[in-house]
Amino acid sequence: MKAFISVFPFKGRLMGNLLYAVFCGIFITPTFAQEMPADSLKLINLNEVIVISASKQLNHQKQRKPLSSLDEFLESSRSIKMVKRGAYAWEPTMNNMASERLVVTIDGMQIFGACTDKMDPITSYVDVSNLSEAQIGSGQQGAAYGNTIGGGINLKLDKNNFRSTGWTGSIESAFETNNAMRVFGGEVNYSDEKFYINTDAIYRKADNYKAGGNEEVAFSQFEKYNFSINSGFKLAEDKSVAATLILDEARDVGYPALPMDVSLARAVIASVSFKQDTLFRNFSNWESKLYYNTIKHTMDDTKRPNVPIHMDMPGWSETAGFYSQAEIKLTKNHFLFKMDGYYNKSYAEMTMYPANSDEPSMFMLTWPDVRTKNLGLYAQNYLHFKKASLKLSMRLAYHSNTVADEFGLNSLKIFYPEMEKTKTRFLKSISAQYHNMWNDFHLNGGLSYGERAPSVSEGYGFYLFNSFDNHDYIGAPNLNTESSVETNLSLTYDKSIFEVGISANYFQIFNYIIGEIDPSLSTMTIGANGVKIYKNLDYAQLLNTTLSGRYNITNAFKLTGQISFHRGVDNNGENLPLISPVSYNSAIDFYRNQYSASLSINGAAEQVNYNASYGETKTAAYATLSASFGKRFFLQDNDLFVKAGIENILDTNYTSYTDWNNIPRMGRNYYLTISYSIN
Amino acid sequence: MKKLTYIFAILILSILTISCSSDDDNTPVEINPVEGLIMIYEIEATDHTIQIYSKKPNLEVGYNEISIRVKDLASNQFVSNLSPSWMPMMHMETMEHAAPHSMLTNAEESTVYKGHIVFQMASNATEFWELTLNYNLNGVAKEEVVNIQVIEPIDGLKKTQVFTGSDNTRYVLAYVNPKNPAVAVNNMQAVLYKMETMMSFPVVENYKITVDPRMPGMGNHSSPNNEDLIYNALTKTYDGKLSLTMTGYWKINLKLLNENDEVLKGEDVTEANPESSLFFEIAF
Repeated sequence: MKAFISVFPFKGRLMGNLLYAVFCGIFITPTFAQEMPADSLKLINLNEVIVISASKQLNHQKQRKPLSSLDEFLESSRSIKMVKRGAYAWEPTMNNMASERLVVTIDGMQIFGACTDKMDPITSYVDVSNLSEAQIGSGQQGAAYGNTIGGGINLKLDKNNFRSTGWTGSIESAFETNNAMRVFGGEVNYSDEKFYINTDAIYRKADNYKAGGNEEVAFSQFEKYNFSINSGFKLAEDKSVAATLILDEARDVGYPALPMDVSLARAVIASVSFKQDTLFRNFSNWESKLYYNTIKHTMDDTKRPNVPIHMDMPGWSETAGFYSQAEIKLTKNHFLFKMDGYYNKSYAEMTMYPANSDEPSMFMLTWPDVRTKNLGLYAQNYLHFKKASLKLSMRLAYHSNTVADEFGLNSLKIFYPEMEKTKTRFLKSISAQYHNMWNDFHLNGGLSYGERAPSVSEGYGFYLFNSFDNHDYIGAPNLNTESSVETNLSLTYDKSIFEVGISANYFQIFNYIIGEIDPSLSTMTIGANGVKIYKNLDYAQLLNTTLSGRYNITNAFKLTGQISFHRGVDNNGENLPLISPVSYNSAIDFYRNQYSASLSINGAAEQVNYNASYGETKTAAYATLSASFGKRFFLQDNDLFVKAGIENILDTNYTSYTDWNNIPRMGRNYYLTISYSIN
Repeated sequence: MKKLTYIFAILILSILTISCSSDDDNTPVEINPVEGLIMIYEIEATDHTIQIYSKKPNLEVGYNEISIRVKDLASNQFVSNLSPSWMPMMHMETMEHAAPHSMLTNAEESTVYKGHIVFQMASNATEFWELTLNYNLNGVAKEEVVNIQVIEPIDGLKKTQVFTGSDNTRYVLAYVNPKNPAVAVNNMQAVLYKMETMMSFPVVENYKITVDPRMPGMGNHSSPNNEDLIYNALTKTYDGKLSLTMTGYWKINLKLLNENDEVLKGEDVTEANPESSLFFEIAF
């Protein structure tokens, strides 16, 4: 702290005071809570957990489509919407905010896609076969995983964790008629009190899908496999080490909404971790992890007809990082402390081949080898009162970006002659979330502040073509840090057979980063309408509201429903792009005697609030109907589970606000899933 | 534990010794005054030899930087008081004409005389270039005439423009820099001469040349932050900035304006008019 103050005498003291205040705030012990905390108190949070574990036979029954892609699982959540550029690698959005404003981690590991055009959200580098759940934190509730505005998604890997299950295994397969998707998967696990190893593999291959009315969507095929090993070893009763390796590779992935496809997207994700039950007497659950991941992504347009100019666009992203966290559990306070850091290297290039082969090829660096360093401290405390709880959390991070490539730096200096090689920021986040319960009513309310640094594309992208608004984008290295003040409120009435809740959150985002047209610039991409430069808007406002309900009609039948309304405007009252219209879903689920069934409806109203200058058109209202049926069989000790379903029963031809360039979604689709597990 | 202490001590010592042994080599290095240049002609005279150097292995149509030095065979030394002058001359079948050129100076290296010549055309079977050199050697005026070969640029790119402006004057405009264009804001330089007579090509001062680089292969993509070429009285060149956003073939569209901002040659690039009649070409 001393060194810090001497460098930034004023700012340092300010930050110091802030730190002090925040830590004091976190450490306050409630003086009025005399009784023991109500452990039975059910926390109804804005946070959500999506259970995935496709391979776990018990969960199969709960899921309508057990071997669906991770993307489909995420889409089924109430807080996540997926932006689609094809049938594969959908981009998650939360609170109507996409990748740049979210933090998405795999088992706490930071990973960054290697595609300049967001064709590889990191959710595309894992599969349901190796995940147990997706932990979702809205807004600053996601700050435990990193700096964020919109929220955090942590994809938790599936591990046996020293349960004495011995050898187990399963094989599973699925087929979908619409795009002839074949899925084959299997896993072999061994686990005892001292050692466990989990291995699994999954392979998916799909042809072009057909939209409603049997309209084939060209270039929507894909093929991918994912392989993972998790292993742990107990060094002592209270100490263990674990290691993870994931290999994920997709080939021949079509992106019908984009002018290019992908010939290869490959990720290698590795980590080692150490766990100890206690640390320095007071701390518990001490966990530390070291990780590394590398991604290679190759765009390819050689199969597309009528390409004005052929181009190669490979990208690489490499990240190394660590975190170490420990808890302190007191009677009324539950602290979590975490230190984390990562170092990322993002490099992408573009080579275009002119029609006249005498001319030299055209080369540019679209991501100029940007090195990002981030070192963060996170602390949170759950304070338990008699009928209430308060969660306080904060994150402080040092964040720096450096353009390591001279060629890339000189390229950007064409636009920003005065730019520095390195830009450093301090990112702050603080949040308070309160929960109270009166009889069957739950009240949740929160207030938070968070900041984020611009993404590599926003800061340093060089002529990145966005096919949605048909503009080339240039990054701006001197963008201000984006910050958000967020408040949320929800009220739930919860009886065991009946539940109804209303929730709302509001984000006032300052220095909102978005591309603005610079009419003086000339387009690079042939056919583009113009060039946009990333700018900070004074502010933008986002509102999300949801009304949801559940009714257990009988023990076997359950009815659920949800309707949500969203609004997003900038400081001039203009609509922000990619904001959901009114959307709804409802389902009736049945489960009895190993039989399961469901009937669900999904829909959205007409997109009234859209913005044509971001390439949006008004998407029409739609509704789709889906159904599924399942049965579990016992074969001696083993389980056979069969599930079949129909999606989009009425073969509706529709498109939603998240469909890039309004590509139509999949039409009627029958699927069949078979899992056989050996216990 | 003791072992560890030893290892630690050795480590610290080795770090100290490494960091203390800095290189203090201040011995002057012999600099070759014609380093990086290619000798394209060597003429043996009775008591001296003349060497002509260029960066490229051939003299090409356009701007050529040429270095000349003379070795006195008596002293076996290169001479630094030559006071040389030169005159390139094209002998065509029916006429002859000179070429725009600078003076020869030895400002950088006392024994190396540097200057430039802008050749307007290439030699061929019946038409040839001669370079006449006049200089003083030990107080005696000398003249040497060298038959030189000038070829069309090997890369086939247009870097020289000979044209008649709207003021009915003939001009010679030649590209000088950047010699190695980069994806960056490049310092751009050109020379502009006007043809007074067949033999006299004075430097044109205080005009302006606008710069609009385009990539015809990329839908005439252009770049921002280019700066017009402005006359630099010190170097007698036109200096500005050239932004290139990617490698490849670029057509640098130009317009020549006089002191009154009247366009003498060249047009704006528009949708309807994809190129100017006055341009340079580069590829990298």
